[in-house]
Amino acid sequence: MDTLWANLTSGSMVFLIRQTLIYAVPLMVVALAGIYAERSGVINLALEGHMIFGAFIGVLFVRLVQQWGWFEAAYSAGNWLSLQGFVLLTMAVAAILGAVFSLLLAFAAINLRADQTVGGTALNLLAPALVLFFIRMIAQQNTLQMATGDSASWFMLKKSMFGYGRNDEVGFLFDTFVNKVYPATYICILIFIVMSVVLYKTRFGLRLRSCGENPQAADSLGIHVFKMRYAGVTISGALAGMGGFVYAMTTTNCMANGDVAGFGFLALAVMIFGNWKPLSVAGAALLFGLFKCVAASYGSLYYLNGGGEKVFFLKELGLNTNFYRLLPYLITLIVLAFTSKSSRAPKAEGIPYDKGSR
Amino acid sequence: MKDFWHKSGTRSVIASLISILIGLGAGSLLILIVGLATPSLGLKSAWEGIRLVFAGVFSTGRDAVGGLTFGFNPSLIGNMLFRAMPLILTGLSVAVAFKTGLFNIGAPGQYLSGTAATLFIALSLPSSEMTLPGIAPTGIPTWGVWVLAFLGGMLAGALWGAIPGLLKSLLNINEVLACIMTNWIAANLVTWAFDVSNLKNMVENTKSGYIYKTTVNGVATSGMGLDQLFPGSQVNGGILIAMVLAVVVYVIFSRTTLGYQLKACGANRYAARYAGIKDKRNIVLSMAISGSLAGAAGALYYLSGNTEFFWSTYQTLPAIGFNGIPVALLAANHPIGVIFTGMFMSMLDIAGQQLTTMTAYNEYITDVIIAVIVYLSAFSMLIKMLIGRRRERKHADASAGGAGKGKEAKA
Repeated sequence: MDTLWANLTSGSMVFLIRQTLIYAVPLMVVALAGIYAERSGVINLALEGHMIFGAFIGVLFVRLVQQWGWFEAAYSAGNWLSLQGFVLLTMAVAAILGAVFSLLLAFAAINLRADQTVGGTALNLLAPALVLFFIRMIAQQNTLQMATGDSASWFMLKKSMFGYGRNDEVGFLFDTFVNKVYPATYICILIFIVMSVVLYKTRFGLRLRSCGENPQAADSLGIHVFKMRYAGVTISGALAGMGGFVYAMTTTNCMANGDVAGFGFLALAVMIFGNWKPLSVAGAALLFGLFKCVAASYGSLYYLNGGGEKVFFLKELGLNTNFYRLLPYLITLIVLAFTSKSSRAPKAEGIPYDKGSR
Repeated sequence: MKDFWHKSGTRSVIASLISILIGLGAGSLLILIVGLATPSLGLKSAWEGIRLVFAGVFSTGRDAVGGLTFGFNPSLIGNMLFRAMPLILTGLSVAVAFKTGLFNIGAPGQYLSGTAATLFIALSLPSSEMTLPGIAPTGIPTWGVWVLAFLGGMLAGALWGAIPGLLKSLLNINEVLACIMTNWIAANLVTWAFDVSNLKNMVENTKSGYIYKTTVNGVATSGMGLDQLFPGSQVNGGILIAMVLAVVVYVIFSRTTLGYQLKACGANRYAARYAGIKDKRNIVLSMAISGSLAGAAGALYYLSGNTEFFWSTYQTLPAIGFNGIPVALLAANHPIGVIFTGMFMSMLDIAGQQLTTMTAYNEYITDVIIAVIVYLSAFSMLIKMLIGRRRERKHADASAGGAGKGKEAKA
């Protein structure tokens, strides 16, 4: 029993939970972005593109604000609350511009009745191209970073901020959920909950969902299908753009390079695996976050044996790094194979709305 | 002449040309805006950038006073043909799938698996001209190894393409998602395979992370005279092989039962099944053919002997695979059209290179142009329709004017 308890509160467990959340939360938010678009009847294959764009906008904003010196005083004074305000502001900027970017998809898919898969692919090509073009023009290299310092020193919570010393014991819960954590993670979870409630418990949400199931019927009841679909796609763009910045801030040290390592596509898979329902999507995202975490840091995970020694069991398995790297994608495929029979996509997704066809 | 304008093929070509012009225009506009907004660049450099976007492949450098010069540049044209070779094949790959109603976004993965199989065969099957230390040459002629490596690449691509095909036909998993996952799995598997192999180039220490060129085993695609026609470039006979494959695909789709069945499945899978066509089998087959073409792209690209493969590819997917999508869309999935759009894409590629080396702008502008073109092709049907409507209206006006005065023309 003691061993079990020791394992559940070990440093490895703290690390695992922290890292899993860091990977799972952007996935969760971006998958919800997918849900919003598809529930309104538009396939958003460009989640990846939106993330790339949002990451770039966020990093660029952080860089500019640092150059203007707005939060310099707060940083030197160690005023972490004001720095978190900075993060919130950047998330809002990334969300707004993500929404603007998604208008390209909305216009093509809703007004011009374009092929949504091809339109989404176009945005997936456009985002890295534009982003890399500007990054090269701004930074004369292929990556854009913060003007000064790094993501952890500016935006991460540390126990020293709460009056603890370097070597003070802080307890399992504090260590896992406060120390070395980006509060943006919790803000994202909050946004996820709020937006899920909006989708399911409000009149707006019901109307939006009805446009993805039977737009003709919705139209006959006086719901403006085009408006609802525009709302779905722009909310999708905003969430994905914000998710892109949070991903860049928490996993790549606030760096934009026109790439989010296929996270947007993983989010798409998470959405399908979660059957277009927020709660299942949250579960799926946690599962994938766990696999991503294992892939990234399997070498430092351990359990404690009876004598209290650390056993690095995954490292001792001696499997190739590449195996862990491909695991999330392989698991996605296998899981999709098992769940595809019961999956139920919104009925009208991908079909341009035409008043004439009943 | 009127019939010519009414043909849907003509309309497709016009729609594509319009898309290309708008795409190039968008790229030029971006250059202009950035040029004017950046104090160090200005209008003059923007004008240089725009000229390179349109005519980069004819660039011959700068003259004594620093102005851009244009003319016939054999090495650039040759390189354009060389880069067109894999683009034509991945374009064909995407086009074949499109014709069967499938969106093959898995070309990068199929391209990678083809590349890996080809390199493994071409480097680990010693030919009569093996030069690697510690491996004895055998009696196998180099062309024999070439053929085996090429076919191996196609086969690997076909197998990798068949996986999403099987998942689609048996389990009804969306092929786009399955393709994306197989892409990343391929990227990791290929990295893994080369990581544990002994084919990493350790001889030239300056180049870390690369695989040996196939020339260490004496294997390389023959120039077929093209290398003399375009001296100083990478071109070889592979471009001719790509063109032949395009013609083969054209013949399959327009002259054979198999092609007809595939098209029928693309038009309406359930109607095809009702007509007695095995739709499930055809979906797998289409993805396999598609994959084999993407595999051939990788095979030919690295069998050229003058390109090296960067093996640690688990974080990036090859752009050549993704660029097959615009190549196919721009050609409206016509196999012969793919030859031309493949050339156009590689021309843009060269233009981007020239932009990077000769101006303050960079090659990503051409990716923007490609993305705009793909975006436009998403509603190419609409553009085609608009062209058609204008033509028809003119036609109607003309005939109405000839028949009796006024009535219809006014209405």
